[in-house]
Amino acid sequence: MMDIVYTIWLRNIKRYLRSKSRIVGSLGMPLFFLLVLGFGLNSIVEIHGSKQGYMDFIVPGIIAMTVMFTSVFSGIQVIWDKQFGFLKETLVAPVSRLEIMLGQTLGGATTAFIQGFIILVISIFIGSAHHTTISGFLIASVFMVLIGLSFTAFGIAIASKMEDMHGFQLIMNFVIFPIFGLSGALFPIDSLPRWLQSLTLVDPLTYGVEGIRYGLAGASVINPFMGFVVMAGFTLATVALGTILFRKTGI
Amino acid sequence: MIEVENLTKKFDDHVAVDNISFTIERGEIFGLLGPNGAGKTTTISMLATLLKPTSGTARVNGFDIMTHEDEVRKSIGIVFQDPSLDEELTAYENMDFHGRLYRIPGNVRQRRIADLLSLVELEDRKNSLVKTFSGGMRRRLEIARALLHEPKVFFLDEPTLGLDPQTRNHIWEYIERLNKEKEITIILTTHYMDEADRLCDRVAIIDRGRIIALDTPEKLKEGIGGDVVTLESRDIKGLYMQLSKSAWVEHIEPHDGFITLTLHNAERHIAEIVRLSATNGIDIDSISIHKPTLEDVFLRLTGRTIRAEEADIRDRMRMMHRLHHGR
Ligand SMILES: Nc1ncnc2c1ncn2[C@@H]1O[C@H](COP(=O)(O)OP(=O)(O)OP(=O)(O)O)[C@@H](O)[C@H]1O
Ligand SMILES: [Mg+2]
Repeated sequence: MMDIVYTIWLRNIKRYLRSKSRIVGSLGMPLFFLLVLGFGLNSIVEIHGSKQGYMDFIVPGIIAMTVMFTSVFSGIQVIWDKQFGFLKETLVAPVSRLEIMLGQTLGGATTAFIQGFIILVISIFIGSAHHTTISGFLIASVFMVLIGLSFTAFGIAIASKMEDMHGFQLIMNFVIFPIFGLSGALFPIDSLPRWLQSLTLVDPLTYGVEGIRYGLAGASVINPFMGFVVMAGFTLATVALGTILFRKTGI
Repeated sequence: MIEVENLTKKFDDHVAVDNISFTIERGEIFGLLGPNGAGKTTTISMLATLLKPTSGTARVNGFDIMTHEDEVRKSIGIVFQDPSLDEELTAYENMDFHGRLYRIPGNVRQRRIADLLSLVELEDRKNSLVKTFSGGMRRRLEIARALLHEPKVFFLDEPTLGLDPQTRNHIWEYIERLNKEKEITIILTTHYMDEADRLCDRVAIIDRGRIIALDTPEKLKEGIGGDVVTLESRDIKGLYMQLSKSAWVEHIEPHDGFITLTLHNAERHIAEIVRLSATNGIDIDSISIHKPTLEDVFLRLTGRTIRAEEADIRDRMRMMHRLHHGR
């Protein structure tokens, strides 16, 4: 079981490490957000009831965003494997779909975690998260891993339902961006009007963002334990969904 | 080695494979021939457990394809019609990935990879990324990869499509050698009829999902009955009227722009064909006589030609499709 999962994980990691342009390219947007929003709004935006500046506030949001987008993309990679024919090579081997799915999920989550970690390190260099404790970093990492796992599995679930990349824009605009936008990555959720607040509370990414925020800043609106339970549940649900849909995918 | 019983595959309402049955013996080289869309790939996909049959059964190496998927998968190696390598990995890494998926222990894996890469003459390129490989090199690598777990049954779906004749010969040489040395049972499809003729112990001709003939190439060609004469002319109708009256013509069939005749001792009748058409004012653009080929068998049975050029064009269109819809 684990040997096959490892084999598929290893392929994902090799491909990731080899695609330097993708590593750098996918850091572009989060860095842009971090610098423009962080520095641009730091002096004029004040987070209600908190001493921290806006920069410190959005760093966890940008990290969550990086992990989420990278993992959704790696999940959706399965479509390319389908189009370039490589998927057949794995499907005709005497291995179970569950093993393939788990290998892909772990591979995607690993690369997403690394991308998020790079953003975290950059944030520290530009003066954020200086008072974070070791255990704070660990808590943030746990949430990064959960975001990575759940959204890679989510990407695989989407990819299993799609024939080619045509539907990709649709998914990005109507699923992925709303999940990011509503997550409280860029604004504090307790200052929202009530109706919008309930929307952010059904968005699983909110719990991931808040968890990272708790880890890095030591305070969050959502209780980190509750955040962990929700994220862990969401991860199990997406992995189950991804496995079921991937099992049905043909060549 | 392979027993197929009433195998059928429907895609919605379209019947891609229609109730086919056949048996393949151990060590046989078996060809599946047929025009585009005949159902060859669909048949292979079902035998390789990648597609579920709509009805019917099959056993591969003694294992039922529906109930013993994993045993079937361990028994077979397959070279797909379309590319299936990871271009971002090296040749060695593609092989290694495969070996690990089939749970081949490390030391055995490494030795076999080295052996097979030298068999297909790629050992000096083993650390190059596959995206730098030519079409022929990729095909050879796919063949080597499919042999890594020492399959008992080897499926090759158009392994030489779009390759130059030299590379094609090369590939068929490996395949024949494998078949002889390791007693591997081989099922192949190809658009090159001369290759099928030379290699296959038996061939099944498939058209619209049905097997319309199954025999040794020799028997199939004998079935044509005599030599084949092909006449090209602008007046096919007139030529047909004249020639079909002649008693020595065993079989005559008009096509688009040409006509085929089957007759014994064709050399002796050429003069008469020319005289007949001249007296009736019909121009003949060209005449050729040859011993029957599988191409003729195919033409006789389906009324269509299956040409290599056709395959090349299709191959190119596939590549274009990939480029447009890929990255
Ligand atoms: N996934 C699919 N969904 C719907 N129809 C399909 C599918 N796969 C194949 N078909 C149809 O089934 C028929 C047989 O296709 P198949 O690929 O088996 O033909 P083939 O003999 O391999 O042809 P070729 O020489 O072009 O490779 C075709 O009409 C094709 O359009
Ligand atoms: Mg085919």
